[in-house]
Amino acid sequence: MSQSAVREAMVNEGAELLAMYERMAVIRRTEKAAYDLFLAGLVKGTTHLAAGHEAIAVGASAALRPDDHVFATYRGHHHTIARGGSPEACLAELMQKATGICKAKGGSMHLTYAEGGMLGSYAIVGAHLPMAVGAAWSARLLRTDRIAVAFFGDGATNIGAFHEALNLAQVWRLPVVFVCENNLYMEYTPIRSVTAVENPAYDRAPAYGMAAELIDGNDVIVVRDAVARAAARARAGEGPTLIEAKTYRHYGHSRTDPAKYRPAEEVEAWLKRDPLTIARARLAGLGVPEAEIDEADRRAAELVEAAVRAAKQAPPPDLAEAFTDLWADGGAAWRN
Amino acid sequence: MAELTGTISYREAVAEGIAREMRRDPTVVCLGEDIGAAGGVFKTTQGLLEEFGAERVWDTPISEQAIVGAALGAAMTGIRPVAEIMFSDFLACCWDYLANEIPKVRYMSGGQVKVPLVIRTANGGGLGFGAQHSQAVENWALTIPGLKIAAPSTPADVIGLMAAAIRSDDPVIVFEHKGLFASRGPRPPEGHVVELGRAAVVREGRDVTVLALAATVPTALAAAERLAADHGVSAEVIDLRCLIPLDMTTVLESVARTSRLVTVEENPHQGGWGGTVVSLVVEEGFELLDAPVRRVASANVPLPFADVLENEVIPTVDRVVAAVRSVVDY
Repeated sequence: MSQSAVREAMVNEGAELLAMYERMAVIRRTEKAAYDLFLAGLVKGTTHLAAGHEAIAVGASAALRPDDHVFATYRGHHHTIARGGSPEACLAELMQKATGICKAKGGSMHLTYAEGGMLGSYAIVGAHLPMAVGAAWSARLLRTDRIAVAFFGDGATNIGAFHEALNLAQVWRLPVVFVCENNLYMEYTPIRSVTAVENPAYDRAPAYGMAAELIDGNDVIVVRDAVARAAARARAGEGPTLIEAKTYRHYGHSRTDPAKYRPAEEVEAWLKRDPLTIARARLAGLGVPEAEIDEADRRAAELVEAAVRAAKQAPPPDLAEAFTDLWADGGAAWRN
Repeated sequence: MAELTGTISYREAVAEGIAREMRRDPTVVCLGEDIGAAGGVFKTTQGLLEEFGAERVWDTPISEQAIVGAALGAAMTGIRPVAEIMFSDFLACCWDYLANEIPKVRYMSGGQVKVPLVIRTANGGGLGFGAQHSQAVENWALTIPGLKIAAPSTPADVIGLMAAAIRSDDPVIVFEHKGLFASRGPRPPEGHVVELGRAAVVREGRDVTVLALAATVPTALAAAERLAADHGVSAEVIDLRCLIPLDMTTVLESVARTSRLVTVEENPHQGGWGGTVVSLVVEEGFELLDAPVRRVASANVPLPFADVLENEVIPTVDRVVAAVRSVVDY
């Protein structure tokens, strides 16, 4: 490659990475806003914040097409935003507003943005893995080259549905990518203490004859490239891939969890490996000026501040909405 | 495949009903254990693999969660899957999907996603299969808002309700009854559809309304014949055909004519569908009644293996006759 071609490639890579950095910053700030709004009593129920996991959602989305399908867990804010869901609609959903992304009928654990191919967040651990297999199956039946991705936590790897889904996906050689976000803790218990293998997802893949990668889930470029390889295999008809991405959550499991069970030195080590910090270093290496990165941060902050303002001002849902959207006719009538 | 004219068996009607929909809609596909080359353990999918090929008739591993979970994911993304869970007892292996995923996807997404999914399963007892292969579990499904429930009693209704279930954009569980597979009836014409949520008055009568579903319909009809012949009682028999949507209009109109009600359920008395129907009749039609309502249901025990014991705990013609006589003589 000539020097100018190398320079052009770096500029392009820098621009793409800067866009991913900005999306990660939007997610980080949305999660911080959700946390603050919860402390202020404006977010009810519970939240499972994904601060620390941003590189997985954003890196994977960068490797996917807009018409691919993704399924997530109850920790799904980052995937919803990565797939184009607006922070305003997500925060409005958490604040039980009519403008919520699911009309205030889903809540934090069930964010869905079908327009962006984000087909839902599921709060029963592991339940959505077979659903992603089904979406991949339908892509084959409909002769499209869409793929399906299931994001799930390390805790899901000990659920029966995980194993049923992996087996079926491999037997049918379906275009599905399984992405385990291993943040080392299920809820409060270290996954290692209750799992027979060191890497709960990656080490199980050989049992199903499935291709697998073990990656750094905090480096958005590493995630993007791994998911791109898996997506290419899937689209080429070569079957599913299991990716285990090691990461760390910055907050506790859910809103009431201060995560005191984690050793201080472990937390400190992982916070040094913050996905935003890693992305900044990579941007600097690609020659992106610090001012441009700060500008991306400023835009992210502005977007989320405006989202918080709008979500706060939005009205509550109309009471009649409790009785819509059960059936395809829009209503909920169960008898005549 | 089934013969082209005359009568058709209930078992053949299942395959015929699915085949008719697969012919008219290329997005209809089947999946389940032993449904392909084996033609189904009850021979209810015979001929489908031969006609539609392995691309549309998928044999699965014994993985009930994967079967209904994959069917759900496919239904959300443009396919109309017809998933078989071999025995209805095995629905418990995928209860999460029945209770938590399938019925809630549309609602909790605020209407963003539709779920045109059919789950078929062989339900019910009377064949000496023992406690884990004989249950009538329609009451399980009835506890969950968001599922439609069909349970045909005749081959024509199998075909008509299967058409409506497969064409529905809502998830439908179709309970096929094991005890009815060998029964025969008229073969319905092409295009036959039975709307979900429309009960059928299968025998008109003046003295008492007998509500039945699936295999209890022939039981109720046999009881009605004996009541007419031996006791001079004119029983009206209603086949509910669906539990959700529930056709209370037909039920209340009938009770208005007869002023007496007996339900005949195969699910256990505890938590059975008759309890729901009776509560509505009492709430909305109390003044129509001239006698207490009676429910004939299975006993609250696991189904025993021996024929004589199983017969002792499930609804029989004798039990229906006795229940009807008690409300008529009240």
